[in-house]
Amino acid sequence: MPVLETRKLTAFYGDFQALYGIDTTMDAGETIAIIGANGAGKSTFLKAIVGLVRGPADSVLLDGRPIGSRAAADIVKLGVALVPEGRRLFPSLTVEENLLIGGYGRKMPGPWSLGRVYSLFPVLKERRSSATPALSGGQQQMAAIGRALMSNPRVLLCDEISLGLAPIVIADIYAALLQIKAEGTSVVLVEQDIVQAMKAADRVYCFQEGRLSLSGRPQDLTRDQIHRAYFGT
Amino acid sequence: MTGWLDALIQGVLLGGLYALFATGLSLMFGVMRLVNLAHGDLIVLAAFAILVLAGKLGLDPFVAVLAAFPILFVVGFTLQRVLLNRTLGPDLLPPLLVTFGLSIIIQNGLLQIFSADSQRLRSGAIETASISLGGGIAVGVVPLLTLLSSIAVIVFLNLVFYHTPLGRAFRATSDDLEVGQLMGIDVGRIFAIAMGLAFIVITIAALYLGLRANFDPTIGPARLLYAFEAVIIGGLGSFWGTLAGGIVLGLAQTIGARIDPEWQILSGHLAFLVVLALRPRGLFPRALD
Repeated sequence: MPVLETRKLTAFYGDFQALYGIDTTMDAGETIAIIGANGAGKSTFLKAIVGLVRGPADSVLLDGRPIGSRAAADIVKLGVALVPEGRRLFPSLTVEENLLIGGYGRKMPGPWSLGRVYSLFPVLKERRSSATPALSGGQQQMAAIGRALMSNPRVLLCDEISLGLAPIVIADIYAALLQIKAEGTSVVLVEQDIVQAMKAADRVYCFQEGRLSLSGRPQDLTRDQIHRAYFGT
Repeated sequence: MTGWLDALIQGVLLGGLYALFATGLSLMFGVMRLVNLAHGDLIVLAAFAILVLAGKLGLDPFVAVLAAFPILFVVGFTLQRVLLNRTLGPDLLPPLLVTFGLSIIIQNGLLQIFSADSQRLRSGAIETASISLGGGIAVGVVPLLTLLSSIAVIVFLNLVFYHTPLGRAFRATSDDLEVGQLMGIDVGRIFAIAMGLAFIVITIAALYLGLRANFDPTIGPARLLYAFEAVIIGGLGSFWGTLAGGIVLGLAQTIGARIDPEWQILSGHLAFLVVLALRPRGLFPRALD
């Protein structure tokens, strides 16, 4: 059984329809990349999974259980965590408090603890008492990932974690992602950077204007196919 | 000279009362960005609650307030959960309208039940007791307790906010409602707890309001105004700032009254305007907002 599945997933912002029936599946331990142009609905897709945008119950299934209509505060307790676009750390909390609040109301047993997150990102331990706006972009991204890990997610959703970061920092973050995957965590990556996404992912879904335009294994897809699925023709 | 020194001391003590009025308001605004126009009326409501408990159970107000705490916590929790949570959103108008309506309902409800007669909390000798500081200056025990209570309340709230998981959840929710939910925070419940806590502070304010002066169902809005001014003078989001705001207001009033008794209220408002003109964000605004 897939760990996460979406069935005919739609999403609306008022009258505006952002997603038109997205079908995806994801197996345990798998890494999925979602690629697509700006406004293709990638972030909305993640928001719909974590309950920030709600739909019919059976449009999102976790271990076969319908969760599409549940509140965001419940879904994180079921084991799905989001690293939001732009990191969105809590500015009035210190780095350590941001990590601790990630474990607020934690229900899932699992490998992650404050100590484990600090050993994954040692720089966060050095900066544990800093206010988050004082961190560099890369450090902020690490704190945002650490905060999501503190809920011991089985599925980790990452929205644009390389955006605005230097290549060397991106390499660090993706190296950390390998360690996270090694714990058996399934990962969904939403990326603008297609090369990065293709390197890290087991499978790729391409979105175009709220619809799936392509899916498959990175090695099976040609540049031309991706180009067409990305931009439309 | 003694008169001026006395005015300063009394001003600081009066500031303690205004800080108590304001701290509940500061808490509500700080956590749920709620501007509560019924705040003054809720203080009066709590004062009547203490009055009734003290009368029915034959208790001293200082003991009756302990019995009032759990009752008013539940009232605040329920009010937030059932009513006020539904008004919060991107639009600022609904909570203003609803709390304005609440203010009218509370005033008229209290008038129905208790009539417009002035009431007072009676606690015997302590009401008039004072401590002589020498040099012809004395401080009243109740005003002194008021200031000490306001400091104790602020120390307690700072402990809760900065050293407990609940306080982390308060601050996180206040920073970013949406991401707060992603952390598993039940925002509706967190807001209700914050309102319950605010009601505890309101009850403490009500105790000293009723001990220091007469109250009747219509005096709420003026307390709201002082509370607002103290919060704004101190700067949004800082409890110590709110205490400072209350003291600035109290000092301005007693110094004004020292110059001419008619100037007491006016000089408080003038101090507020001066602070607003010179430091629009207040004396101690939270660094991030």
